[in-house]
Amino acid sequence: MSDAAATVADTRKTGRMTLLTEFWRYFSENRGAVAGLAVFLFVVILAVFADVIAPHAPHEQYRDAFLKPPVWQVGGDYRFILGTDAVGRDILSRLIYGSRYSLFIGVIVVSISLTLGVTIGLFTGYFRGPLDNAVMRVMDVFLSFPSLLLALVLVALLGPSLTNAMIAIALIQQPHYVRLTRAAVMSEMVKDYVTAAKVSGVGRLRLMFVTILPNCMAPLIVQAALSFSTAILDAAALGFLGMGAQPPTPEWGTMLADSREFVTRAWWVVTMPGIAILVTVLAINLMGDGLRDALDPRLKRS
Amino acid sequence: MLRFLASRLLLLVPTFIGISIVAFGFIRLLPGDPVLLMSGERSLPPERHEELLRQFGFDRPIWEQYFTYLWKLLQGDFGISFKTKAPVLNEFLTLFPATVELAFCAMLFAVIFGIPAGVVAAVRRGSVYDQSVMGTALVGYSMPIFWWGLLLIIFFSVTLQWTPVSGRIGLVYFFKPVTGFMLIDSLLSGQKGAFTSAVRHLILPTVVLGTIPLGVIARQTRSAMLEVLGDDYVRTARAKGLAPFRVIGIHALRNAMIPVITTIGLQVGTLLAGAILTETIFSWPGVGKWMIDAISRRDYPSVQSGLLLIAGVVMLVNLIVDLLYGLIDPRIRHGR
Repeated sequence: MSDAAATVADTRKTGRMTLLTEFWRYFSENRGAVAGLAVFLFVVILAVFADVIAPHAPHEQYRDAFLKPPVWQVGGDYRFILGTDAVGRDILSRLIYGSRYSLFIGVIVVSISLTLGVTIGLFTGYFRGPLDNAVMRVMDVFLSFPSLLLALVLVALLGPSLTNAMIAIALIQQPHYVRLTRAAVMSEMVKDYVTAAKVSGVGRLRLMFVTILPNCMAPLIVQAALSFSTAILDAAALGFLGMGAQPPTPEWGTMLADSREFVTRAWWVVTMPGIAILVTVLAINLMGDGLRDALDPRLKRS
Repeated sequence: MLRFLASRLLLLVPTFIGISIVAFGFIRLLPGDPVLLMSGERSLPPERHEELLRQFGFDRPIWEQYFTYLWKLLQGDFGISFKTKAPVLNEFLTLFPATVELAFCAMLFAVIFGIPAGVVAAVRRGSVYDQSVMGTALVGYSMPIFWWGLLLIIFFSVTLQWTPVSGRIGLVYFFKPVTGFMLIDSLLSGQKGAFTSAVRHLILPTVVLGTIPLGVIARQTRSAMLEVLGDDYVRTARAKGLAPFRVIGIHALRNAMIPVITTIGLQVGTLLAGAILTETIFSWPGVGKWMIDAISRRDYPSVQSGLLLIAGVVMLVNLIVDLLYGLIDPRIRHGR
């Protein structure tokens, strides 16, 4: 008896293991995706250990070092490897602390929009009917506004701050999840295993969340990776327009906006935060491509 | 085709109503008194407050306000700007050509470079060329364009001094706008050097705004080409000895274009959102910069109608793409 149970547990475990190994095999085939993953993990480590890694505090102003160029340029100072900004703050340290904000923004926006979008999509896709129609029209309306514009207006209403920027971006991204989930649920609903589960008397909620949802995950995970990077970009854009995180927060977009007026005199104050944004977003997008290749059988390279 | 058109138009009605509700509701969503919100920090005497309340119709039931608003919209009344006291629609229409010009050039840039790059990448799949094109495309797609714009300004305008930093045309040129499109107007004016000046002003904003669509189009073209290159009719065309250029350029590309056109259409929303950033960086006098200014000045009628008009434009472009789709691919027209 216990032997049989152990075997069942064993096969389950190996079943899951093979899935993971298979996933990793596809994922690691894509060298770009592995590189993206490595860079992303590096940014995560920077964010987690910012207190230890950053050479200076993010708000510390050095009165003797305004607009110091990076170390490799004439006049550079080894204390400030990437130079300082107009009020003498170390750019490298601010970038390291800034990674916390960007990752935080990504995580929060994806969690809110994913939870909201998947729940709505699951219900509308499962029940269909007039409510479904109405909800989809509402989503159409959301999608017919250019995303950044709607986010801007929402933030202008709620008041400019990082929290409000995140709420606005999450609201704007959620229709994509609704559409994806709904489409996936509708194509799963007609399959035999769902009928079988229904016949065996599985309750509605269990059917929706436990039976169907796990089979719709592949496109959602890919979308989550994509919207993680979009969230970082949009939040940085809002910060740049003065509608996101407010100075002196070391958020990358806000840092860019802060230093815009020095663009002709000190190239590094503008260049560095942008490189940080680009590298992070690029790494996540590379990972997203790898995830899509590994997870989405329709798009799998033959 | 007519039935197809009618069914598409009918689908737009609920979306348009939704958009108008969002635009209408946006001031009323705020907690508190709308008149106080609009007047901002200034303090109003109670009589003036009362008067404004009545003038904007805030004292009537909400559904009545909405229908009045809708009725006015249908008559072309989009409200009066707080800042300039001019009708919002006029302001929008004066600035809109600048945005269209910029967006059109950006899209042209993206298509001219993106489609050939994607086609060649697909044909030489797996080569160094393919990998570098796809790498570049992904960088373009991941680009924070507000930063990209600043970077190009530092390099081309400040260091090399090749292009101007901002605006649409040199200050020495002055002529009355005829079409609103600077490239055409500068030619019409007949002034020497005006056209070159307009082009030089346009280059950097075009590149900046076109960067993300360029990445998207190159990627989409490549994957669409890969799909059709494996199809039977392409093999047949090859087998009957057609020149490779004809096979790829005509047989394959034509069929690969359908998803690419959809992508181009979907990029219009992205372009208008990108125009907000691009126009702000280059002080380009278009609707994007106008919206930003209106938002920061709390010019609510402008924000409200700007939102409505821009969403309307996106909706119309999507309709046109849908119709184009039906024209190119008869299966879609008859399938529904």
